Amino acid sequence: MRLAGFLLLPAGWALVIAALILLAVPASRTAFVLAGLGVELLGLVLLVLSYIPPRRDRP
Amino acid sequence: MTAAVCGLFVALVPLACAGMALINAGLGRSRNAAHAMTAAMCVLGIAGLVYFVLGFGIQSHASLSPPLTMVGGKPWSWIGGGPFFFRGLQFDGSAIPLAAWLQLSTVGLAALIPLGSGGGRWRLGSICASSVLFSAVTYPLFAHWVWGGGWLAQLGVNYGLGRGFVDAGGSSVIQCTGGFSALAVTWMLGPRRGKFGSDGMPAAIPGHNVLVVLFGCMLAVVGWVCLNEAGGILYGGATVALVPLIAMNTLLTAGSALLAAAGVTRFRFGKPDASLSANGCIAGLAAGSASCLFVKPAEAVIIGLVAGVLVIYSIELFELRLGVDDPGGSVSVHAVAGLWGILAMGLFGQSPGQLVAQIVGIATLIGFVFPLTYGMNFVLNRVSPFRTDSEGEWQGLDLHELGAGAYPEFVSQGEEFTPR
Repeated sequence: MRLAGFLLLPAGWALVIAALILLAVPASRTAFVLAGLGVELLGLVLLVLSYIPPRRDRP
Repeated sequence: MTAAVCGLFVALVPLACAGMALINAGLGRSRNAAHAMTAAMCVLGIAGLVYFVLGFGIQSHASLSPPLTMVGGKPWSWIGGGPFFFRGLQFDGSAIPLAAWLQLSTVGLAALIPLGSGGGRWRLGSICASSVLFSAVTYPLFAHWVWGGGWLAQLGVNYGLGRGFVDAGGSSVIQCTGGFSALAVTWMLGPRRGKFGSDGMPAAIPGHNVLVVLFGCMLAVVGWVCLNEAGGILYGGATVALVPLIAMNTLLTAGSALLAAAGVTRFRFGKPDASLSANGCIAGLAAGSASCLFVKPAEAVIIGLVAGVLVIYSIELFELRLGVDDPGGSVSVHAVAGLWGILAMGLFGQSPGQLVAQIVGIATLIGFVFPLTYGMNFVLNRVSPFRTDSEGEWQGLDLHELGAGAYPEFVSQGEEFTPR
């Protein structure tokens, strides 16, 4: 889960960069920028979840 | 005239660093206070030196014509390509040496932020090594994209997105880069011993000196006003006529955020919490920096109020729900509030496409800067473990790493020395 989350972060950013470069229409560009940010947030959630320690293992 | 005024502001920016160092030390335990201040001094020295050697070459300045790559028919600048060791810097009253001088302080301010989250368990050697990587790679690269004429700054020219990504005072370049590094570091380190019980509930480990925290907060406000003034003039194109607006906006965001944080803690816990109120004040400063030059005073108050409320709930979320032990609240105060500040610039920026440009900046912070700093700290932690041993943590880093405590004539919180 941690690796998947970590990989989704740059993947979402690549989507944002691709939207800027490839899309000329403002509406579709904005939609893909938001989609890229959504992918990043998904990755961040996975990363955060992977770092929540099981209750009994906390020092 | 503008250069002289700007020079005065730049000269006072280190007050923000002093304030941040005091806040971090005051929010930690008394047995780690000297270590916290020593680490802060080391970080400031290292960050300045590394920026002098490498950082300015990577960040450069917009007027030094950074190298361009044609991407999709548009010129993109990924890296500054300026001179290393400040070679060829002309002290002719232009903006370039002033910007280089300002950056010597701001890179240190950003590098101080992770110290707040790693307090009480982060070894001094690892702090220094992590600061080298931060000052050599993470900070100057993103600073070039925003302040050095890089691709984020050019989003307006290339794609018609408002003024391009705007951050006059460093909500993203300073606060978010430092805040995301803090998150990476606190995940690498894990929680302090005794912070979480077997049932997962966090124990309250209050800061050892609230007066130091609040005094640091006051120093930081002065330094921050000067930081926003200098950033506004050097990177936002502000004139001397706009100096009062920047100062008013900065003070209003700080004050409203402090009052919002005090109000929320009063409402939730029955009494206002001093250290959380200080955190709210710094969160307001972090959030208000990006838009200090571009919003009206009433909008600055709204930005501050939201930041003050946001930071309290964010600190609670990270500690109670996510099991993150962040003694200084650095992640919430700098990363979360900084992200809000960037977004607020888009909401209140009154320029078509500005919100999209700001969202692209946020996406770059989350999707590029955070993985970069996480990856570098991950490798560094594998090479040289960040965390001190359990004896050092129990004894306190003052005695364990420095050989002397901050308060040798007093034994405060003596119960902490009882073996667990």
